[in-house]
Amino acid sequence: MRFWYLLLILLLSACQTEDQTDSNHQIEIFTWWTSGSEAAALQSVIDAYQTQYPDVKVINASIAGGGGSAARPVLQTRLVGGIPPDTWQTHHGAELMGQYINPGFVTSMKDLYESEGWYEVFSPSLINMVSKDDEPYLIVLNLHRSNTLWFNKLVLSEHGIVIGETLSIETLFEIAEQLSRAGVTPMCMGDTGIWATGIMFENTLLGTLGPDRYLGLWNGSTHFMDPAVMQAITTYGRLLDYLNNDHAALSWDQAADKMARGDCVFYSMGDWAYGEFKRDGLVENIDFGWVAHPGSEGTHLMVTDGFTLAKDAPNADVTRDMLRIMGEREVQENFNLIKGSICARTDCDRSRFGPYLQWAMDEYANGVAVPTVIHGSAAPADFQQALNDALTDFVVRRDVASFAETLAREAQMSGFGS
Amino acid sequence: MIHQHWISRHSGVLILLPSLILTAIFVYGFIGSSFFISLTNWRTLSVDLSLRDPLWQTYADLLSMPRFQADLRNTFVFTTLFILFAVSLGLGLAILLDRQLAGKGFFRNTFLFPYALSFIVTGVVWRWIFNPETGINLFFDFLGINQALESSGMSPLSPGWTTDPSVVFSVNHILSQVWPAGGDFQIEWGIPVALIPVAIAATWQLSGFVMAMYLGGLGGIRPQIRDAARIDGASEFRLYRSVIIPMLNPITISTVIILIHVSLKIFDLVFAMSGVGPGFATDVPAIFVFEMMFKAARYNLGTSASVVMLILSSLVIVPYLMHSLKTRET
Repeated sequence: MRFWYLLLILLLSACQTEDQTDSNHQIEIFTWWTSGSEAAALQSVIDAYQTQYPDVKVINASIAGGGGSAARPVLQTRLVGGIPPDTWQTHHGAELMGQYINPGFVTSMKDLYESEGWYEVFSPSLINMVSKDDEPYLIVLNLHRSNTLWFNKLVLSEHGIVIGETLSIETLFEIAEQLSRAGVTPMCMGDTGIWATGIMFENTLLGTLGPDRYLGLWNGSTHFMDPAVMQAITTYGRLLDYLNNDHAALSWDQAADKMARGDCVFYSMGDWAYGEFKRDGLVENIDFGWVAHPGSEGTHLMVTDGFTLAKDAPNADVTRDMLRIMGEREVQENFNLIKGSICARTDCDRSRFGPYLQWAMDEYANGVAVPTVIHGSAAPADFQQALNDALTDFVVRRDVASFAETLAREAQMSGFGS
Repeated sequence: MIHQHWISRHSGVLILLPSLILTAIFVYGFIGSSFFISLTNWRTLSVDLSLRDPLWQTYADLLSMPRFQADLRNTFVFTTLFILFAVSLGLGLAILLDRQLAGKGFFRNTFLFPYALSFIVTGVVWRWIFNPETGINLFFDFLGINQALESSGMSPLSPGWTTDPSVVFSVNHILSQVWPAGGDFQIEWGIPVALIPVAIAATWQLSGFVMAMYLGGLGGIRPQIRDAARIDGASEFRLYRSVIIPMLNPITISTVIILIHVSLKIFDLVFAMSGVGPGFATDVPAIFVFEMMFKAARYNLGTSASVVMLILSSLVIVPYLMHSLKTRET
């Protein structure tokens, strides 16, 4: 009897293997979009695909964890092990170049860009950022803005505070001092994942240095021991003094909820928080407002999400269809409305988007786009990890000089510092 | 005939050969390749097996990293706390159960159950328990402790548990007096407060296992020995202190060795419960290895840290193995 069971199991598993080798009947898409709005946005793309190709099975291989912190190790293991997913999510810049293009894990999409007319609808600077030797390797689905300072308008008006179009860092500190004296927590943070406090650091860095010197950090023309960098670190340290006490126990989205409830007031965070505020039932410009992170007006600290095509993708043909659909205007509009970001395409219908996203579109169109280091675009992975470690240390020890020295040394070791 | 003779003479070796070859490749071969990688320049996803100059620079980098210094401190502190807690609790439970109290079978199984869970599950549950906003701290309000403290003019009790970055009983100044280089440490040598909840969670999981070890040992002590001690006028306390616990020494040694090796390798419990912790207060070498290998792609640094972990385990395991092999021979 046991023998027959065993045989049955063997036969079944043999069938399954056969099913897997039979390509182009399924497609595996690998992301870290698992939270409410993220998962729903991804589903809208999958739905758009399935209405056109109902026979192909879409395997959604998503792994939770902000910024891909948990997903990327798994992806890396699969890539090195030679069992890549058909397509996976990645940020543009150093992450795409260093982790995927240079080691040869991805295939050029030049043919798709040409046949779909994408060279006309994506901005040349964006295409440049996803290309190597004029071959684009990524279809960008959305653009997030990292340098936004959100605030709870209701709590501020209770204290008679009105924020204008912009906010200087000194005014922010004055307001924070006033709020603290009134027993209100001025700044929000949820840094169980250290990258969340990294966003506030990176925003402060950009706000203090300005776009040119900020870009200089990543090509070696600005040194990390520059007085302006020290100044940024000091300012960041001052901001840390106004955080909610339980920041180390909260995740970034729990901190957004905390701001929505009015338990803290300002939150320097990328506009993925916008989706959280909407989900909490807040109304833009009434319950919550926003400005560029102090000092960073006119720059767009850009976080992109895009999808690659694996080299030797197991299901290359159907994956190309999926990527083609990701580049369609309506798909991008629907996706970004749910995700709370703006289209990578420049011809999306702006009337479909709310006031914040229209503001973000204008800032992107009229400002300078700069890459994020926290999300892997500006610097290689080893520096990104070193920055996270230095932040973990700084949050507790507050040693400005040691922080700057560490960054300078690590930048040099990573091969881009001066 | 000669051929057959050869086979029967060497049958032992032949039977062992496959597993010897596999062990040689998959254990010692990979240890060797890890060690080799730790000496190379490989620090991106593109493989670079050129040797570093100077050869040991990665190890020098590693040991000068404040994070890795904190990891070594945490391993030491965590191992000490965890073994202290787990062995004393396990021994206590075993002694209680051995005294034939009512419901012995029920309690024995209850105490052993946590051992069946995975460390990840334990980590998630204890993370919630020690959440400063929603966890155990609510009991201080609920039980009226905080109200009592406040009415007597003291601040309410709300420990940060795993989010508390402070390090107590720091010995840095003592270190710098006896050893001039001791002042160069960038971290505080002491007990990170955040590690205590982690040690408690690990104790919860493994004290049942310790109890089971001791119950086995206690079962092997013949009742005549207890009776003899009692006739000689030993009190119950004296009976345990001078007779039974010394007789359990071999069990204690094996248990401590097993627990040390659990503690040196610990990853999943800490990763799920507190991660690296504030200021690396709960970081351990295994998390360091994981992040350097799979997030930073610094393969040379990750492998050098795992070589250090191997050396630390060997310091405990090798003397134990040598000792037990020697006792078996005599």
